[in-house]
Amino acid sequence: MKQTLRKMSWLVCLALPLCAAANPIQDSYRAAAKQENPAFKDFSATAGRRLYTTRVGELACASCHTDSPMQEGKHVKTNKVILPMAPAANPKRLTDAANVEKWFKRNCNDVLKRACTAQEKGDFMAYLLSK
Amino acid sequence: MKSLSHILIAMVAVTSSLTAQARYNGEERGQPVMPTHVNAKWQQECAGCHLAFSPGLLPAASWKKLMSGLDKHFGTNASLSPQDTAVIADFLAKNASNRWTSSAAPLRITDGKWYKAKHSEVAAAVWKRASVKSHSNCAACHAGADKGVFDEHRVKIPR
Repeated sequence: MKQTLRKMSWLVCLALPLCAAANPIQDSYRAAAKQENPAFKDFSATAGRRLYTTRVGELACASCHTDSPMQEGKHVKTNKVILPMAPAANPKRLTDAANVEKWFKRNCNDVLKRACTAQEKGDFMAYLLSK
Repeated sequence: MKSLSHILIAMVAVTSSLTAQARYNGEERGQPVMPTHVNAKWQQECAGCHLAFSPGLLPAASWKKLMSGLDKHFGTNASLSPQDTAVIADFLAKNASNRWTSSAAPLRITDGKWYKAKHSEVAAAVWKRASVKSHSNCAACHAGADKGVFDEHRVKIPR
């Protein structure tokens, strides 16, 4: 009975977007953030939102992804349509670790002109997952 | 009489091959520009930021240069894993333009002579429209661009 209940709660968890906050990719950034900073506490969606809107020079994440990661964006240079980044609007997002890391590497460089820390990546994911 | 017609045919053949060679100074896109089977990695990675440009729009030498400089890709670091880079470079080289005879190997498709000639009638103001924005936005006017369809008769310039 206990076993069945546990299985059921797991299934319910899959169906609820709230439970999706436990993202394995974010967990790996959590481990990295602890390594980066022994005083690391947790990721913050508020800090993630701040990062999302940070403008360096001409670019911010929002330049291509619009003011909300729930919306479809457009590449600021090529006009290519970019599907929403928040998993609530696009369930394929944040499911492939290599892909997530590739885009962090590329876009942190594009916007911030430097690599992002594990703390920043986790915060950013927290923001996307909070949507 | 028979030999005369042979000579005529030969002359026509020579002239047409000469015109083909001279066309766009040898900077001619391939035929076809897109192979029947495309590589999934190429599609996924290139189309991440822009249209996955048909391999036949540039010669193999251009693609080779481009793929060896992905860390400086028109102002962006677009580098990929060595494995993915190799797979995509191979696909591009194998399907590059088969009609390009010039030694010129531009990095930009828009620098090819065939491209310039084909787009010379398009007014400068058109390129500036929000719906077009960039020369790299082929699909703005060529609806089938992602399939390698650039047929002149199907061009629709947006407002």
